[in-house]
Amino acid sequence: MNKRRPYVRPMAGWWRKNPFFVEYMIHEGTALFVAAYALILLTGLVYLSRGEAAWNVWLEGLKNPWYIAFHWLALAAVSYHTYTWFKIMPRTMPPVIVGGKRLPDMAITGGGLAVATTACLALLGLVWGIAR
Amino acid sequence: MKKTLKRSNAPIFWALFGAGGMLSALLGPMLVFITGLAIPLGMLLPVDTMSYAKMLAFAQNIVGKGFIFAIISLFLWHAAHRIFHSLHDIGIHAGIVAKLICYGGALAATLVTAYTLLAIGF
Repeated sequence: MNKRRPYVRPMAGWWRKNPFFVEYMIHEGTALFVAAYALILLTGLVYLSRGEAAWNVWLEGLKNPWYIAFHWLALAAVSYHTYTWFKIMPRTMPPVIVGGKRLPDMAITGGGLAVATTACLALLGLVWGIAR
Repeated sequence: MKKTLKRSNAPIFWALFGAGGMLSALLGPMLVFITGLAIPLGMLLPVDTMSYAKMLAFAQNIVGKGFIFAIISLFLWHAAHRIFHSLHDIGIHAGIVAKLICYGGALAATLVTAYTLLAIGF
């Protein structure tokens, strides 16, 4: 056994002391909802491969109030992920030079959010068009 | 000196993270709304939108297969990478074991997705 007991600065709750890090932990935390949602879809895919009865069990299961509550939370979390993804984008992508000037952060974030909104509405329209 | 330079594998994981992050940012909210809320609660869309016949046809279609595979696997690679890099922040050592669990989990789920999509047939 190691007899030395060096001082280790405690880390618990460090991020709660600074609003910047609280926001950081929330936007990193959206990954838990993305993962859980993907696993729900994967479960659905496996049930689909097992035939109609199995698929209907999965589909009925989604009506469970706990699943509904989860999906409301997931909707909020993933929407927040969309917002932060494009908010950070000016710093995660190489600078864009237009007419000798650097494209402002607002343009990149705003453009990204506009594309995301369009993509979501297009997806809804596509699903509606196919299902109708 | 070593004859071959050791190259980092980080860009691969980062690319998968980026692709999954972009896909979930663009389509995530609407996907969650459609499969998790609109269909179970009977809102907005026709009730049989996700019926067995329709979903089977979608999963048997080559475009549908690609879409399902991209959504499930890239969402998980994105989440795995983000969770792995947040472990240190919550006081968990992000070592080789944590790496194997995070990326290994995403890889396992990717293989299950691919296998199931192939099992469903064309």
